[in-house]
Amino acid sequence: MAGKTLYDKLWDSHLVKQREDGSALIYIDRQIIHEVTSPQAFEGLRIAGRQPWRTNANVATIDHNVPTTPFKSAADIEDATSRIQVQTLQDNTREFGITEFGIGDARQGIVHVMAPEQGAVVPGMTVVCGDSHTSTNGALACLAHGIGTSEVEHVLATQCLVAKKMKNMLVHVEGELGAGVTAKDVVLHIIGVIGTAGGTGYAMEFGGSAIRSLSMEGRMTVCNMSIEAGARAGMVAADEKTIEYVKGRPFAPKGDDWEKAAAYWKTLTSDADAVFDQVVEISAAEIQPQVSWGTSPEMVVAIDATLPDPDAETDPVRKSGMQRAYEYMALKPGMKVSDIHVDRVFIGSCTNSRIEDLRAAADVAKGKKKADSVKQVLVVPGSGLVKLQAEKEGLDKIFIEAGFEWREPGCSMCLAMNPDKLQAGEHCASTSNRNFEGRQGNGGRTHLVSPAMAAAAAVAGHFVDVRTWQA
Amino acid sequence: MEKYVIEQGVVAPLDRANVDTDQIIPKQFLKSIKRTGFGPNLFDEWRYLDEGEPGQDNSRRPLNQDFVLNDARYQGANILLTRRNFGCGSSREHAPWALEDYGFRTIIAPSFADIFFNNCFKNGMLPIVLDEAVIDELFRDVKSVEGYQLTIDLAKQLVIRPNGETVSFEVDEFRKHCLLNGLDDIGLTLQHADDIRGYEAKRSSQEPWVFDAH
Repeated sequence: MAGKTLYDKLWDSHLVKQREDGSALIYIDRQIIHEVTSPQAFEGLRIAGRQPWRTNANVATIDHNVPTTPFKSAADIEDATSRIQVQTLQDNTREFGITEFGIGDARQGIVHVMAPEQGAVVPGMTVVCGDSHTSTNGALACLAHGIGTSEVEHVLATQCLVAKKMKNMLVHVEGELGAGVTAKDVVLHIIGVIGTAGGTGYAMEFGGSAIRSLSMEGRMTVCNMSIEAGARAGMVAADEKTIEYVKGRPFAPKGDDWEKAAAYWKTLTSDADAVFDQVVEISAAEIQPQVSWGTSPEMVVAIDATLPDPDAETDPVRKSGMQRAYEYMALKPGMKVSDIHVDRVFIGSCTNSRIEDLRAAADVAKGKKKADSVKQVLVVPGSGLVKLQAEKEGLDKIFIEAGFEWREPGCSMCLAMNPDKLQAGEHCASTSNRNFEGRQGNGGRTHLVSPAMAAAAAVAGHFVDVRTWQA
Repeated sequence: MEKYVIEQGVVAPLDRANVDTDQIIPKQFLKSIKRTGFGPNLFDEWRYLDEGEPGQDNSRRPLNQDFVLNDARYQGANILLTRRNFGCGSSREHAPWALEDYGFRTIIAPSFADIFFNNCFKNGMLPIVLDEAVIDELFRDVKSVEGYQLTIDLAKQLVIRPNGETVSFEVDEFRKHCLLNGLDDIGLTLQHADDIRGYEAKRSSQEPWVFDAH
């Protein structure tokens, strides 16, 4: 019998009941909750007179709606509808006895930054959240994926999900990454290769020496964007780095449990003879700093490339998508990426707002100034604790001296549900995950890049190759 | 949940691939704490010429006459025909809520994004996957015949064309059962409460830290 993949192991260890019709009940260890996708789920519980199945399986925080300028209470949130959602989460978590890291708590932050940081997610868990970037947590050898609000309610009420087993895909990135090439470039490159639907129906494991060499933060960045490659769940096998990362975090196992847990976690890898339904081989040496040019994350090129020609595309559906993207982005085929000027820069989001990301951006910005043509550079840490750590290291001062704005934690301009938005027609170098039409503000034009590439674009005023650029 | 048995109606063709959930319902409308009322803002950025905000009187907003849902011949459509990877992007269930609130209970495409696909069934909606070649034919038919209608027979798993020709489609047994009977997932799962408790007892002896209070 063939060995098991990491996903097979996680599935098997959480299977409550396999039903005859092919569906299964899967046990959920951890649910992370935020203000946007939970109000209707709590309302559903109330209407049906149900209580959470296991209250301590849930942990909540506010992120999507919160302003990134200082505020002391929900009443300080100017936008009335945002204020109601933040207040509603507070009311719901209190009513049902769920832990919430709310306003003014240093642990508050983006769900997928907060949960690993607290040790609320540990290897071997199933993790869900009403947010598609829940895949981020798979970096800790978890089965982690986004769900809809009906499922949030289902997990609250039953601690289970009705699921069907996905197929197994391995994305194997072998070799050494070049200097200046980061986890973000790795995942953008992968999406460029397999497309935004390439992983649909699969659980996607990232492996190979290039993935092993990444820090835990880097692995989170890669798993974060598995959903942009179509895969609900991304994951990386456990190793010493994983275990070291979890050690000592507030929710992590302690004492005897710790030894037992660490020993078990070491088994959370795909067996050498495991069979994947699909394997994608990527050579790390070929990956260069990436910049997205269009309105889908698969529309991405290397920094030294020119923009692709739709006429060379043989698939008519793809071709018309490219043409539409050129029109929306106001760019032309054949243009050099370095000729794209930026109006605003956003460094943050669940993809790239961890301490390592801020260090990478600060390294580039140190002793420099943002270009006059760049209207605004926002640096938004992923959580209150990331913010404190960055301030301890003096990164905030580097940013402020460079003319960047140092903000409070939250999702911010990744999806523009708070006041941080692009104006119509503006181009933005963004460390976030989606370049959809209007994502960062109605009519805004997003270019996805790594934190170092974003900081360099802020200084230069246009995209530059961080490997060779000298301000 | 309302039962889905046989649905018949006008088909609206949305001839775009990779339609993401940000397009289906833009983020500013996600601030609602309700499940209903998203229909007037379905495809807001494509449908209207101005920038949509929650609480507006949508009947007074300037329409983008080039957008398919504003075309007189597709008014009252309840079946949406579209292209590959429909519903990609965020997990927001507001996307199926908006489609359903507008009147679409059936969406036909060559492929769907996983989370969106799943969310549809939770709301009494049926996403149907058909071959790309069949989808091409349907686009041709819909565009050439005004008032083009299809009938969907879920029990028989058939899409029935006006000339009586049928195309069969796959649907998961459990989901089909729930749709046909309008069943609530949570109630069904709670019938397995003893299995869930049994699982927890076994697992908490193996990995007690998962169940720790915090």
